[in-house]
Amino acid sequence: MSKQRKAIALISGGLDSMLAAKTIMEQGVHVEGINFFTGFCVEGHTHAIREKDKAKPKRNNSLWVAEQLGMKLHIVDVIEEYKNVLINPKHGYGAHMNPCLDCKIFMVNKAKQWIVENDFDFIITGEVIGQRPMSQRKATMPIVAKESGADDLLLRPLCAKNLPATLPEREGWVDREKLHDITGRSRKPQIAMAEQFGIDDYSQPAGGCCFLTDKSYSAKLVDLWKSQGHKEYQLDDVMLLKVGRHIRPQPNFKLIVAREEGEGRFLQGYKNEFISMISVSHRGPLVLIDGTPSAEDLYLAAQITARFGQGREAEQVDVDVTMLDGSERTLQVKPIREEDMPKAWYV
Amino acid sequence: MTIETLTARRLLCPLPVIRTQDKVKQLKVGDRLEVICTDPGVMQDIPAWCRINGHKVIEATSGNHEYTILLEVGSS
Repeated sequence: MSKQRKAIALISGGLDSMLAAKTIMEQGVHVEGINFFTGFCVEGHTHAIREKDKAKPKRNNSLWVAEQLGMKLHIVDVIEEYKNVLINPKHGYGAHMNPCLDCKIFMVNKAKQWIVENDFDFIITGEVIGQRPMSQRKATMPIVAKESGADDLLLRPLCAKNLPATLPEREGWVDREKLHDITGRSRKPQIAMAEQFGIDDYSQPAGGCCFLTDKSYSAKLVDLWKSQGHKEYQLDDVMLLKVGRHIRPQPNFKLIVAREEGEGRFLQGYKNEFISMISVSHRGPLVLIDGTPSAEDLYLAAQITARFGQGREAEQVDVDVTMLDGSERTLQVKPIREEDMPKAWYV
Repeated sequence: MTIETLTARRLLCPLPVIRTQDKVKQLKVGDRLEVICTDPGVMQDIPAWCRINGHKVIEATSGNHEYTILLEVGSS
């Protein structure tokens, strides 16, 4: 009796990786999923924070996909290791701060390490030639295989027929004839395949599954690095970039202004790590001050804090300031006028 | 049977699941783990993770913007 082969499938939570895994499971291969958490994954984060998104489903799509397919899922924290990918991408960035090709190489490399440690035979991805302008092109497919170290243990079931046969195909672990030849950006072949498999519910994130493909988020990350003078970050930094309005009136400090109750509650958790402000004479949002503001800067920050509360038209607003050492004081300020806040302050 | 507590306040999905996954690896079949979180997404994600991996959710409760899940380690 031949040995049952085992494959690990990179599961993003989207349709392509789901179909790739399903295609191989249908051939009798034991498939488990793996999902890498970089800190920039869109999964649920802003939904979890913002009050207005409370009604939206908060499921983690990679877990959901695994459950639908009846396979185990291993979620791996790669936050620390991923920093080098983002800070020094060998193949550069995409339209924004997305190092897609380096990211794919990194993840396939991690999967390669995983199969060695766990005695699995090969790796599956949902890549499709021509699907993504940076990382999923005919020219990048061999680069990912080679630079990740996976070589011909990397099988892309959705476009395998357009690529040289991999080891699982050559060895007969999978039947190449039952694999696919999808190319291009059209989603029609995948949607048709989903119908054939009886899959009628799947995630189709409009902006991809990574915050780094988002223009506004990328601008905030660049601003963070510029203000620090170096390209480093902690997980809390990248979490806070997802929340609130970011306003930088001076290079040495910025304000993070909660836009609604859910964000205010989230920022509350960071109060002990930042100078914070809140209007007390009128209702207003919690504001965190990141950086090293002078006394004059704090006064300006209080005026901006007052601008975003219900006292924005008042002659005077009382703003409570809590410093890093826990000391508190109240500043009485006139809210800054909208026309005195240059657009360039908004990160 | 051991009952352990994991605090995952302020962590957003999927970090509470990852921390749960890592903690469960250190426990034995039949042990229980109470996970305390502030991300409402855990009410779906941790039970889904338990179903996939053969663990059992004993109780899931919420209140005062906190979400607590008590699970029992299975034999997966």
